[in-house]
Amino acid sequence: MRPTAATSTLAPASGSLGADTARLEGRDKVTGTARYATEQAHTPPGCAYAWPVPATVARGRVTAVDTAAALALPGVLAVLTPDTAPRLGHAEDPTLAVLQDHRVPHRGWFVALAVAETPEQARAAAGAVRISYAAEPHDVALTAGHPDGYVPETANGGEAGSSRRGDPEAAFDAAPVRIDAAYRVPPLHNHPMEPHAAFAHWDGDRAEHLTVYDSSQGANAVRTALAQLFGLAEGRITVISEHVGGGFGSKGTPRPHVVLAAMAARHTGRPVKLALPRRQLSAVVGHRAPTLHRLRLGAERDGTLVSVSHEVATHTSRIKEFVEQAAVPARVMYASPHSLTSHRVTPLDVPTPSWMRAPGEAPGMYALESAMDELAVELGMDPIDLRVRNEPVTEPGSGLPFSSRHLVECLREGARRFGWGDRDPRPGVRREGDLLTGTGVAAATYPVLVAPSTASATAHPGGTFTVRVNATDIGTGARTVLAQIAAGALGAALSAVRVEIGSTRLPAAPLAGGSSGTASWGWAVHEACAALVDRLADHHGALPPEGLTATADTTEAASAAPAFARHAFGAHFAEVQVDTVTGEVQVRRLLGVYAAGRILNPRTARSQFVGGMVMGLGMALTEHSTMDPAFGDFTEADLAMYHVPAHADVPDVDAHWIDEEDHYLNPMGSKGIGEIGIVGTPAAIGNAVHHATGVRLRHLPLTPDRVLPALA
Amino acid sequence: MQHTATGTEPVTTASGVTLRVNGTAHTLDVDHRTTLLDALRERLGLTGAKKGCDHGQCGACTVLVDGRRANSCLLLAVAQDGTEITTVEGLAGDAGDGELHPLQRAFLDRDAFQCGYCTPGQLCSAVGLLAEAAAGHPSYVTPPDTGSPDGPASPGGPAGLTPAEIRERLSGNLCRCGAYPRIVEAVADTAAEAAR
Amino acid sequence: MRPVGYVRARSVEEAAAAHAGHPGARYLAGGTNLVDLMKLGVESPGTLVDVSRLPLDTVEPLPGGGLRIGATVRNSDLAAHPLVRASYPVLSQALLAGASGQLRNIATTGGNLLQRTRCPYFQDPAKPCNKREPGTGCGAREGGHRDHAVLGHSPSCIATHPSDMAVALAALGATVELHGADGARTVPVGQFHRLPGDHPERDTVIGPGELITAVVLPEAPAGLPSAYRKARDRASYAFALASVAAVLEVADGVVRQVGIAFGGLAHRPWRAERAEAALLGAAPTGENIARAVDAELDRAEPLRDNAFKVPLARNLARRVLTGLAGPAARP
Repeated sequence: MRPTAATSTLAPASGSLGADTARLEGRDKVTGTARYATEQAHTPPGCAYAWPVPATVARGRVTAVDTAAALALPGVLAVLTPDTAPRLGHAEDPTLAVLQDHRVPHRGWFVALAVAETPEQARAAAGAVRISYAAEPHDVALTAGHPDGYVPETANGGEAGSSRRGDPEAAFDAAPVRIDAAYRVPPLHNHPMEPHAAFAHWDGDRAEHLTVYDSSQGANAVRTALAQLFGLAEGRITVISEHVGGGFGSKGTPRPHVVLAAMAARHTGRPVKLALPRRQLSAVVGHRAPTLHRLRLGAERDGTLVSVSHEVATHTSRIKEFVEQAAVPARVMYASPHSLTSHRVTPLDVPTPSWMRAPGEAPGMYALESAMDELAVELGMDPIDLRVRNEPVTEPGSGLPFSSRHLVECLREGARRFGWGDRDPRPGVRREGDLLTGTGVAAATYPVLVAPSTASATAHPGGTFTVRVNATDIGTGARTVLAQIAAGALGAALSAVRVEIGSTRLPAAPLAGGSSGTASWGWAVHEACAALVDRLADHHGALPPEGLTATADTTEAASAAPAFARHAFGAHFAEVQVDTVTGEVQVRRLLGVYAAGRILNPRTARSQFVGGMVMGLGMALTEHSTMDPAFGDFTEADLAMYHVPAHADVPDVDAHWIDEEDHYLNPMGSKGIGEIGIVGTPAAIGNAVHHATGVRLRHLPLTPDRVLPALA
Repeated sequence: MQHTATGTEPVTTASGVTLRVNGTAHTLDVDHRTTLLDALRERLGLTGAKKGCDHGQCGACTVLVDGRRANSCLLLAVAQDGTEITTVEGLAGDAGDGELHPLQRAFLDRDAFQCGYCTPGQLCSAVGLLAEAAAGHPSYVTPPDTGSPDGPASPGGPAGLTPAEIRERLSGNLCRCGAYPRIVEAVADTAAEAAR
Repeated sequence: MRPVGYVRARSVEEAAAAHAGHPGARYLAGGTNLVDLMKLGVESPGTLVDVSRLPLDTVEPLPGGGLRIGATVRNSDLAAHPLVRASYPVLSQALLAGASGQLRNIATTGGNLLQRTRCPYFQDPAKPCNKREPGTGCGAREGGHRDHAVLGHSPSCIATHPSDMAVALAALGATVELHGADGARTVPVGQFHRLPGDHPERDTVIGPGELITAVVLPEAPAGLPSAYRKARDRASYAFALASVAAVLEVADGVVRQVGIAFGGLAHRPWRAERAEAALLGAAPTGENIARAVDAELDRAEPLRDNAFKVPLARNLARRVLTGLAGPAARP
């Protein structure tokens, strides 16, 4: 627990809710015994390996697939093509309809699948498949005014595609101080360390049961998709995601690899492993869509905002509409009588974008918080004071009261810890040899989401308990915090509670996404444990050998939320150095202060916050994908070109939080913490670069090719 | 592996090889294309070393070969005949009493991982890093005249492991969860403990 | 990757014989680039001749001064070698600026010189590339080429050489020793790598079956000022956007010895001969250094998206040379 200056909290007992508790699976992870999707203790006899063949045109049709050379190679069992692959049922998600027709909607779309006895043979076979195409002219270039762009009814998360309050244009034109700026966030890729992978086998005399080990953020959704595609009752499918090597949104929906693995296993009658090669990921497991932002802020001379407009242009693919809801945070953040937010999406011949850590908030807040900094500079006002001045009483977009909102406290606590009070606001005046240094601040927000879940809790005769819920631990510490929640509700020691997660054999639960996992699963676990406590109170005598079990289903409770605007808030502070010789930017310090409800496990929570900030550092400084206009793919296809931050990029990163009590959330009083860490970080770093250099850069990332010419 | 070069001979594409892993010898026939990583994971059931990129771009596959850290995804198994390989499964020693390597302990204490997929590579890399530093190997951020106030370089002494040194030396191990600050602390803890 | 033969050589002669005796043979040393390219389908050797255990793994001082570095000396061992650190800090720094600790433990001196461009079009067999497949065109010229060459490129190829080590060797005036069917020969590092011209498929002047056996460094007194500096997209574990290696000896107020090479700018480590000529015998003032660097970089022909490399290289070279010149460079 990290009490703030204003509060002092006694540290809770180890293992209980709110206590610093070590990860339950930690030992397995440091000894290499934690098993990920394709890691069976012994490779099963007859196990085959599958390797997909990606399309090499950006748009067109497959006219012929020549598999002869591939099939002639040693060890090759099959080559599935659009002509030979098993027919699937209707795919609700069109990206899962693999090998079902001859259309190529984007480069990298899978057009064949090689299956062989060994990984080497499968790779060689995939390379020997010859595909002929009827290529068609393609368009992959996003522009703000693209003629095919349209304003969607809803953007990701079901948010309205546009909103309008008052007369934002007139108010902006009449405002005495105005910022009108364009920002650009490039396509970004999740690149979890474990590539998407699945191991599939069909069991029974007539292959009536499908078992899949999948690297997924939500095994229930995978099972539902496979049931529809393969025409099976869900009871005939088991999906296991025991340990998952990261996802950050890219494993939040079922992905084509799992469909291909199941298909190949059925076709060959073998157990099949399919681990996507890293280079194929950029096209088939989603990306953060590029966003072009226009921000208009109109303010009085005292900093009071009178008009806030955030207009976003983005792309989606031809087969699925996904709209990065980057203008949505402008409906949450600042009071203003006049406002306009809109998304304009253009379908292009590009891979389908999807969720990447804080979709909407991360790019949207980069733009909004950069513009707020520009406004503060224009006004000659401290950027923290500017934000405090525009703190709303109710949520600006909806008029709803906030269940809790402590942004101002985060800004003030962060300022105190960071030493903001000593800051000289003048840009470009701190020089240490070739280095210019500066500091920046930005606010962060992320909505509180929750989804219905089920869970069960069993009391065993020996005084121990088992809690079952199909939660997924993608590195968040879900196992551990669920055990804490259970121990708390049961009044038991943590060591007496066993948690089973990561399998569809367990009570159904929603995915690990939208920072909603702990709230959703934890609510059901809490209810099941509370019900079990009641049952135990009514029970007399020894427990039966099978124990006593109680179950919970939060469908009603989680859906019947009171009418509040519920969000976590935070403040990010960065200190940077800019090398005037090379244009290289290094972060020296990074601080986040959060108001995110009750923090259930400070140890794993801190890791979540810090991890988000590190990804935000990458978004600000190192990460970008480039859509190649000639070929229609992302140039940065591997981890040598797509620069995830390395150790050397990351200084000591500090995370703190305000103790926030909020009675309108869930029984634990928690808000999601997995994504907010990324949200304000890029703007804080960008604002610090402006403070260091006096130059305002509005295109991410801030790599030497952008920074150095700007310094000249 | 007995295929020494004698000029022209028929080309075979697989060979017998003896891999010594964590102190145990395994004799197996390998396709020459098989990497050490795939041999460990798919043939020997040692899935501790991870496949993150398969091209030497992430470090998740890092193991120790004759005590030196190496990317097992770029080593052909056939060429490893006669080497001593240590994977994360072998770090804790063979005492069988559950005693963890000090680095494993430090990673647990510091919460130096989240999803855990890069962790075995980070650990093996850190073991190699500590040995390299003890042997006086410099890094890109080591000042040229290390440890010598009065004259030219006096290389060869143990290199001081500041946080900046640890960060640079571990940069071949990517962590997408962003556990870097905790990993650096864990390695610094272990180095300090070893120095005591 | 197609099935491949494998033989392990015990001597240089045996290696050469095995190479000659197997169609499509390739030498395998550390393999950090060759295995990578085989997986991508860019390289398809028929047989791998493993030279990693040849007795070429020592660094030896030469009687007349200088160092002979065996071709299979690992990059990490070379960077840590006391004689290299004392007399050739530019080489140690360049090696340590490249790749990662674990890759440097595998990669060899010879293999580092022979590593191939990381141009993404070269690495993708589904795209045109004159280097990988002569006559197919260059995907990078109209495509993504922010990382590509600004010096010495040709209509057929704009790739850069990825090595850091080779840049230091070029500045040091090192020599490559080769062993081939016709015996041994030596080639200065500066002439070992080619410019692309009409034949970008040929990275170097190495002949069929020739094997690098050693790299020889000329004599350098301990304390000879030299340095390497690299700019990149992230703080470590990334290829150079631009880099500079330099050796600069000043005596009696004038430049007595100078070697300058750029990395990340061209199809080969770019020996800055014009800059060297301008500085030799001149006072190493900031002004003279700036003029010399400009004399070299005025030849740059940046592409649509990589003009930033010219000022970047200029700044790097000025700073490194100024630093090496010491007080003499200050106004």
